[in-house]
Parts: sequence; C-alpha cells; structure tokens
Amino acid sequence: MTIKDLTNLLQGKELYVEEPDRTIESGYAGDLLSFVMGRAPSGCAWFTVMTNINICAVAVLADIAVIVVCEGCEVDENVIAKARQQGINIISTELDIFGAIKKIDAG
Amino acid sequence: MDAIHLEYDVDGKNFVSAGSATESVKAQLKGLGINPADVRRVAIAMYEGEINMVIHANGGKAMVDIFMDKVIVKLIDTGKGIPDIEQAMKPGFSTADEDVRNLGFGAGMGLPNMKKYADECIIESEVGKGTTVTLITNFS
Ligand SMILES: Nc1ncnc2c1ncn2[C@@H]1O[C@H](COP(=O)(O)OP(=O)(O)OP(=O)(O)O)[C@@H](O)[C@H]1O
Ligand SMILES: [Mg+2]
Repeated sequence: MTIKDLTNLLQGKELYVEEPDRTIESGYAGDLLSFVMGRAPSGCAWFTVMTNINICAVAVLADIAVIVVCEGCEVDENVIAKARQQGINIISTELDIFGAIKKIDAG
Repeated sequence: MDAIHLEYDVDGKNFVSAGSATESVKAQLKGLGINPADVRRVAIAMYEGEINMVIHANGGKAMVDIFMDKVIVKLIDTGKGIPDIEQAMKPGFSTADEDVRNLGFGAGMGLPNMKKYADECIIESEVGKGTTVTLITNFS
C-alpha cells in the first residue's frame, strides 16, 4: 500500500506528502515517543494523536514512512513547516487509531 | 578515511531544537554511505541521549567521532546527575514532570533504548555534577 492509497482509505487529509507513491511496509501505533523510537519498524506508518514538533524528529530518526495523526487532532503550522523542511510525510484522519487500523485490515 | 569529529551544543528545555544534533549526525553518516540500519541505530540511541540532556539536565554538549568501523557519541552535561544508575536503566523508570509527559516523553524507555541500539552504552554520573553518556556503535 502506498501513502496515497492509505490517505484515500482513511479519507485523510495530506498535511504534507512528499512521496505519495512510497510503499508503507508496516505499521505502529503509540503516543509515547520512546516507545515509538524503540519499537516502530523503519518504513512504517505511525498512528498517533501526538501533534507537537517532536514527532518530526522521531519520524526522521526512526525512518518512519508516514505519520498518521488520528482523531482529527489539529497540527500546528510550525509542525507542518518542519515536516516540509525535512521531507516527512504527514497526513491526518478523523478516525481514531483503532478505527484507522481496522479500515486497513479490511483492505 | 580519517576520523571525523563533530561537536554540538544542546539547548536545555528547548523542545523545538531538540534532536537537531542527532539529525545532523544522521545526515552526515548517510552522506558517508554508512549502512542505513547502522545509521538508524546510532540515530535512535543518540536522540534518546540528546533528549535526556534537554529534559533532565538543562542541555549539554554532544561530541561525535566517526571512524571507519564505528562511531562514538559522547553526551556530556553538567546537570543534576543520576543518583541510582541501575534504577534509571530500568524500563519504565522516569522522573519526568507533567509538562514533558504531555509532550510524549517520560515513558522511562530512553536509557533502555540506548542500551538496546548501541553496542556499548556507558553512563557515568555524579549527583550535582553531571552525567556523561558514551555510546559506541560498530558498523556491521
Ligand atoms: N542526562 C541526565 N541527567 C539527569 N538525569 C537523567 C539523565 N538521563 C536520564 N536521567 C534520569 O534517568 C531517568 C530515566 O531516563 P530514560 O531516558 O530512560 O527515561 P525518561 O527520559 O524519563 O523518559 P523517556 O526517555 O521514555 O521519554 C530519567 O527520568 C531521569 O531521572
Ligand atoms: Mg529519556
């Protein structure tokens, strides 16, 4: 599944997507940043409700393919600016994390 | 290749710049053509150490030496120090306050991540004087 496919499936909004055709290799859900750092596989879609600027550093350093901000949580313009500057793909969806992952599982 | 030496000042309590030293090191390693899995291990371990200096120690210095076969990251602060290193290393142990927990820190997984991802993780600390963390990662 590509980032574009995922965005469509989740009826998501592209906050910044540089690589729409990048393949998502796996997924990880969580909000505690050190858990994400330690456990999220590289190339994954990361489902979270965290929206502060530190999610950008985590995504870059852990080689996360796309951040999926769930529950329609508002993402600040400065976070999107940092994503753009660092080439991080970030989308948002109104779905909660469970709902989002259920959608993917159902294809 | 001669060793490459890099130095960074890490700002305390600045959550906007937090991680920028590690991001720079990651970019350098990538540029040198180091295997991406090794670059990722260095980045994860160093980020945890950098963030700890930001959160727990009012900032500090990062010194990085890149060799042919390994990278040595030294994170040096003059913060409050760690009274019981063994306890601090335990997964889940954290003294992080409410404010930083709200940012997603404080799971007590930073030091365990350093131990997991670096080949060697040496912590030296003296209460009231500061902490030095040395992370050695060998390239595979
Ligand atoms: N550089 C440091 N100076 C002073 N205390 C530190 C330092 N690094 C770690 N500690 C202490 O060790 C504890 C455990 O650190 P660790 O990185 O594992 O967890 P954390 O930083 O609290 O949370 P997390 O890393 O999961 O966000 C900290 O809560 C803090 O009390
Ligand atoms: Mg920590």
